[in-house]
Amino acid sequence: MSLLELKDESAGYNGKEILSGLNVRIEPGERIALVGESGAGKSTLLRLFYERLGAKAALMPQDSALVQALTVFHNVYMGRLHQRSVWRNLRNLVLPARDDVEEVRKVLIPLRLEEKMFSGVGQLSGGQYQRTALARALFHSGDVIVADEPVSSVDEHQAREILEAMNTQKNTVLLAMHDRALAIEFADRIIGVKGGRIVMDRKSAGMTPSDLDSLYVNADA
Amino acid sequence: MIDRRDPSPLARTTSGFLFVAIVCLVFADIAISTVDPWREFGLLLKGIVTPDFYSTDSLALALAYTLAFALLGVALGNVFGFGLALVFHLRFVRVGCAFIRAIHELFWALIFLQLFGLSPLTGVLAIAIPYAGIIAKVYAEILEEADQRPLSAVPVGSGRASVFLFVRLPDAWAHFRNYSMYRLECGLRSSAVLGFIGLPTLGYHLESAFKQGQYSEVSALLILFYLVIATMRIWMKKPLLPVYLVGAALILPWGVAFSWSNISRFFTVDIIPFPLRAGGDGSLAAFGDWLALLLFDQAWPGMVATIQLTMIALVATGFLTLIFFPLISPLLLGRAARTGGHTFLVIARSTPEYILAFILLNLWGPSMLPAIVALSLHNAAIIGHLIGRYTETVQLRLDAVKGANRYFYEVLPRVYRPMLALLFYRWEVILRETAILGILGIATLGFYVDSAFADLRFDRALLLILVTAMLNICVDTISRSIRSRLRLQTTLEQR
Repeated sequence: MSLLELKDESAGYNGKEILSGLNVRIEPGERIALVGESGAGKSTLLRLFYERLGAKAALMPQDSALVQALTVFHNVYMGRLHQRSVWRNLRNLVLPARDDVEEVRKVLIPLRLEEKMFSGVGQLSGGQYQRTALARALFHSGDVIVADEPVSSVDEHQAREILEAMNTQKNTVLLAMHDRALAIEFADRIIGVKGGRIVMDRKSAGMTPSDLDSLYVNADA
Repeated sequence: MIDRRDPSPLARTTSGFLFVAIVCLVFADIAISTVDPWREFGLLLKGIVTPDFYSTDSLALALAYTLAFALLGVALGNVFGFGLALVFHLRFVRVGCAFIRAIHELFWALIFLQLFGLSPLTGVLAIAIPYAGIIAKVYAEILEEADQRPLSAVPVGSGRASVFLFVRLPDAWAHFRNYSMYRLECGLRSSAVLGFIGLPTLGYHLESAFKQGQYSEVSALLILFYLVIATMRIWMKKPLLPVYLVGAALILPWGVAFSWSNISRFFTVDIIPFPLRAGGDGSLAAFGDWLALLLFDQAWPGMVATIQLTMIALVATGFLTLIFFPLISPLLLGRAARTGGHTFLVIARSTPEYILAFILLNLWGPSMLPAIVALSLHNAAIIGHLIGRYTETVQLRLDAVKGANRYFYEVLPRVYRPMLALLFYRWEVILRETAILGILGIATLGFYVDSAFADLRFDRALLLILVTAMLNICVDTISRSIRSRLRLQTTLEQR
């Protein structure tokens, strides 16, 4: 059974239609990258996927969206906020429980964030910040991750590390990416968005970044 | 030829208010009526420089009571204010909060005085209730302005309470803490002033010392008060808060008994308009007469005087601010001069306007002048401080002009908008204070309220308080519409 299917649907926000004529079917285990110019509607499409998937998916928003006043532990713990009682959540806010700390630690170790567990997220470097946002999504128990430009503000080495972690720890990966080479390398299916429509949907095997040129060239130019 | 452009909305608003204030001033009584104000002033100055800390043995206790009322009142106001902020989207909560904060602490105290007598409950509730209304509004604004982005990353299906705890509360918390500190400072001033209506705080001793001409004692009381406020950030530490609160609750003299029959009579008899109490035929007509008499003989002249004084004080505050903020602005003055400026502004804004007006009234005799000077000094010191701090963030180019040219060309145009924003924000505060100064004998609404309480005519007092509250809500609404029309905004730190 497919994970998600869109049949001639449209999407937008604030009553403004941005995407239309959407036909997509996503199977479990796929690794899909959305590519296209900024403003083409990648984020809108990703958001539509996320809304359909509900609690099955963890979201990694474009701006990381960490809570500044909280520690790394608290921000990561938020990935399972929906699975715990309010009392448990309140307790962990004030005094983190040992077993929850251990659970969070397991996610932080491979991301090299263990020592930062109880630092405020305001003190983190750009890469650590992005990895904390990833850790939160990985801590989420759903096996789908929806990530909007997850590696936009880190260097290539860290970008690979983050994408690698997503691919190994989540079954299905849905990404919006502006780096074409990385998109082809880490995704097995590329969806190209242009002018409010899906104009390309194919396997990435054998593709080169220049195959995506048509998505970026302005048709009127 | 290019036509002269129309005056900007900013200039039009300014000149409009200026015009209204001048008209008000023309009709205002601002005469100094005491025979020899300078002699008394000389004595006061002499007292100020020779403070006597041993004149009353109850000085420490008065200070402790002042702190206790402020701590308990602000803590309680915080708890209720926070709770109300969570449901502030409900219309009746917003209206209710606007109403309870439109009534000044002293009016609340006068009401509770009838219910609980001199029990500490009177002082604590008088602070807690209006503060809850103010805090609810500010906290609701803080929560609204908090970073909403993390909300998007919360897993689908998370409970509302959990999301609130993890996403919205943490970032707002630091703002809540800062604002609570500011409220505590206000609470200390309110608490001190409550002494003027008989509670055992600093104001009580201040009034009696002043009336007896013991200016050295006045000086000691004021110096202690400034010290407490100036050192607040040192002694107010989070882990110590429970200790302070328990201590405050323990030292207050709760033993003062209050009678339940008194309380029930207040609600069932005393506050019912007099002609309606007897009932029977013609009571409705008598009520009409009573209402008309009260509105025309007291509420109306009280309102006119209150608005008149408020408008003069508002514009005078604006003028004084323009003079005060340079005193602490690094753009205009050197370090040494600024230290003096800071000291002056701290003293002027720490002195409650009520105490300032009381002192000036005793020196100059009853007229609007003491009230105008007190209100504008105190409020200009507050706004001047905020604007002065704001200029610290302004970067001038290296070749900027100096002296008066710099003030008029570089600095004033930059600060005028934020200054007006703060001024209009405080308009309502000034009005509330103006009404209260009536208790000192200036014929604003507070004068009639106080007289009604003194005559034990609580039905009249309550109606007049209602009128005052309505006036306050009106001014708040006008101020908000002017601020939004001129796009004048205040930041979180300035509320």
